[in-house]
Amino acid sequence: MTPAALLVTAIQVVAVVAFAPVVVGLMRQVRARLEGRAGAGIGQPWRDLRKLLRRQPTTPEGTGWAFRLAPLILMGTTLVIAAAVPLLTTAPVLGPAADLLVVVGLLALGTVVLALAALDTGTAFGGMGASREMMVLALAEPTILLGVFALSARTGSTNLGGIVSATLDDPARLVTPASLLAAGALAVVVVAETGRLPVDNPSTHLELTMLHEAMVLEYSGTDLGLVELASSVRLTVLLGLFASLFVPWGISGAGLAGLPLALAALAGKVGILATALAGTEVFLAKLRMFRVPELLAGSFVLALLAVCASFLLA
Amino acid sequence: MNTIGLALAAATGLMGLGVLIALGTGVRLRAAATGTCTALIGVAGIVAGVAALAGPTFAADLPFLIPVLGARLAVDPLGGLFTAVTGGVVTAAAIYGIGYNRGRHGQRGRAAQALTAVFAWSMIMVPCAASVTTLLATWELMALASLLLVVAEHHRRTAVAEAGRWYAAMTQLGFIALLLGLVLFAATAGGDSFDALRAADPSPARSAVIFVLVLLGFGSKAGLVPAHVWLPRAHPEAPSPVSAMLSAAMVNLGVYGVLRVGFDLAGGGTRWWWLLVLAVGAASALLGILQAAMANDLKRLLAYSTVENMGLIFIGIGAAGVLLSSGAPQLAALALAAALLHVVNHASFKSLLFFGAGSVLRATGTRDLDALGGLRARMPVTTVLFAFGAMSAAALPPSNGFGSEWLLIQALVHGIPAGGVVTAVAIPVAVAVVALTAGLAMATFVKALGVGFFARPRGDGAARATESPAPMLVGMGLAALACLATALAPATLAPALARTVGTTTGVAGDVIAGGVTVRLTATTSTMSPLVITAGLALAIAATAMGIVLVGRRVRRRRAVALWDCGGGVPTARMQSTASSFAEPLQRVFAGVLDPETGVDTASCPESRYLVTQMTYRRRLSDRVERRLYPPLATAIRWLSGIGPILANGSLHRYLAYGFVGVTGLLIVLAVC
Repeated sequence: MTPAALLVTAIQVVAVVAFAPVVVGLMRQVRARLEGRAGAGIGQPWRDLRKLLRRQPTTPEGTGWAFRLAPLILMGTTLVIAAAVPLLTTAPVLGPAADLLVVVGLLALGTVVLALAALDTGTAFGGMGASREMMVLALAEPTILLGVFALSARTGSTNLGGIVSATLDDPARLVTPASLLAAGALAVVVVAETGRLPVDNPSTHLELTMLHEAMVLEYSGTDLGLVELASSVRLTVLLGLFASLFVPWGISGAGLAGLPLALAALAGKVGILATALAGTEVFLAKLRMFRVPELLAGSFVLALLAVCASFLLA
Repeated sequence: MNTIGLALAAATGLMGLGVLIALGTGVRLRAAATGTCTALIGVAGIVAGVAALAGPTFAADLPFLIPVLGARLAVDPLGGLFTAVTGGVVTAAAIYGIGYNRGRHGQRGRAAQALTAVFAWSMIMVPCAASVTTLLATWELMALASLLLVVAEHHRRTAVAEAGRWYAAMTQLGFIALLLGLVLFAATAGGDSFDALRAADPSPARSAVIFVLVLLGFGSKAGLVPAHVWLPRAHPEAPSPVSAMLSAAMVNLGVYGVLRVGFDLAGGGTRWWWLLVLAVGAASALLGILQAAMANDLKRLLAYSTVENMGLIFIGIGAAGVLLSSGAPQLAALALAAALLHVVNHASFKSLLFFGAGSVLRATGTRDLDALGGLRARMPVTTVLFAFGAMSAAALPPSNGFGSEWLLIQALVHGIPAGGVVTAVAIPVAVAVVALTAGLAMATFVKALGVGFFARPRGDGAARATESPAPMLVGMGLAALACLATALAPATLAPALARTVGTTTGVAGDVIAGGVTVRLTATTSTMSPLVITAGLALAIAATAMGIVLVGRRVRRRRAVALWDCGGGVPTARMQSTASSFAEPLQRVFAGVLDPETGVDTASCPESRYLVTQMTYRRRLSDRVERRLYPPLATAIRWLSGIGPILANGSLHRYLAYGFVGVTGLLIVLAVC
């Protein structure tokens, strides 16, 4: 662990946290323009967060420590993930300690903690949101791990930095059937994990269609601010990770020299992915709750094909 | 006689002392004194096991104990690991039991107390047996003692009797399979000691029969599908400390048996053995966790989770065997180490969870999740410890359950190129099964914790609950400490695992290296639970600091009413129940689970649109059980119907049987 690596990782975490709300703002703005509205500007999520984070937190009657601690733990897992995945550098400080499986596990930990907090409120909406979110999580898990499998099969390691470096050394790997199938499978999973259309609607105001939003209904003030910030950071990190795995160019090594380029490249890649995601969402309606498993099963088949392809066509 | 021998002798002496105390003392002293003896038996087991893992082995012949064949004992690292794990579970369960037996659900009777000591001792001795006779004797003693303990509460609930019948039938059928398999093996070898069995070289067909019979016998004890049916009945109905011993220690001995016979005595066998083990493990993992995700009874949920975890362990064992026969010994060692680490981890978190369920039962009088809730305020320590165990069982990082599943997936991911098309098909499916199991385990334990312990009480029992007494909390604390140690520093177990893997498969050398960071010698993957935990703590502290800085001054939290989308304050009945939480998953897996659901509505006589009452019904039976066992029972009943026809009381007929039998035998002897 060199001071340079520490510094680069710190910059990576700060940059991701600072730009995550902007990414969400960008997506809302793209959507607004495509729908013929003026939109609130890409800075609006930050203005909302500033307002929320300064407000007094509330404790609804009948809730306990699970409800109070959940936003902190969710944010904690998100920050650790941001320090472990290769976004700006292929050698983040927590890279050797947390491989792709740990990152998947930490994402799940965040979701589980939030689901427990939702059950802790004892409201009907909280329980409903928690049970649906856990269903999506349980069904997305096989796809994620098989996607990981397909990606790591070509490098012999589940460490993210190693996978990204190996891709940089040999870009031809990206156009193999295994890689393309894995990209398709993981794209569906990223959509499911971040609660975007068609799995979940982040801007819904109909309680019965909510997944993530139903779980956080009782939060307000600082707690709500933390939950919102954490979900936007999770979205940004997952988009960035997807970009690093499948379009790794521009990422810097362990040193500081390539950092400005890496920052610009990351901003560009995440911006394009976010715009594309928001643009697609305009043309999609939310799937019925019990059609979601079909979507996830489809992505599972893609991932299984990716694994078989990585072995049989190698 | 070295440390191991002394520890085993001490355990035997303590067992005798415990039985004498249980039979001789009054009801006031009995539970505490026998419990202390049982705890010390556990400590002796730990000492013997750890000593065997550290290096010296132990062997003793006791020809006077069993007539003709004699008893043989030997402890090597493989047996030592299982003796140590059993000892740990027994110690924690006995200390917990001292407190539990004081309460209204306690077992203070002479027989129950004496049998607990016998059961603990026999479990410790099973991995020390070094001949077929000794193994079968200790095995049957363990089975009988545990059967009597399972039916200890038969006068309180009718379900206990049913559970006892299922367990009795399954354990005896398993014993018959084991007896046939091992006796056939011993007959081939010409001696019943394990040394003779190792030297034997049975024909492939015969060794296949031996392995399948032994797998059936040991698998039924480990709760593998389709012989798992007794487990979700017997484990919940036993007294809670016994439940923990059954579910965290006794099932492991099934794992031990398969390892001992499959790898050590039969020398690894052929690839299809282990593909069979892999398939059975995968089926157990999936069916176990699906049933656990649907269960409403807290202890039944934990019992099905045991089926799941045994499935995961057998996936690891199967993968190890497949990789070994495919010529990838390093990866095979990794898979086996993952399975063994999961045995240790499962023992620690499952005993913690069963203790937690027992505390809930003692405090509230119910195991039904739909009648629980709101326990975090009334039982704070129990809730925190149960949450810790649930996190391990759900395999969330940085818990110990995650550590062993990480190892297992590493072995599988890197094993795919090892064995041609067979592994290329089997291993991705195994990874998918492990992943789906992990996902469903998260949903299961969110339900157990969130519905059982959080929110508001759904019943009177939960509303009046109080925290458990000190011995119970100490027992839980010991199990939690074991979870914590194996979670943060799995690499400290590396030498013990390497020795065990070495004696089992003959693959020498370290599998896991490194201190803080877990490094695998077979692959380049690394992981560090300690660094992840430190990073999480740091990140959470930084977030809390950041909130204070942004908020400019620390503000007190304001208590407000629940909002619930403006719906007003909901009552406790409006909360999510275990059934409603599991409903989406039940619907997704309806094709597998085949649930029977229905809604009954009662309406006013004036109009059927004025509904007075609605009842939701759900009945979820085990599909494997429903499809397999009733036809089996019918077949047995039909066969037993032949008996009266053959033996109708006519003396002539019996004489004719004798005549035909003797002449038939003479003809066979003359021809052959």
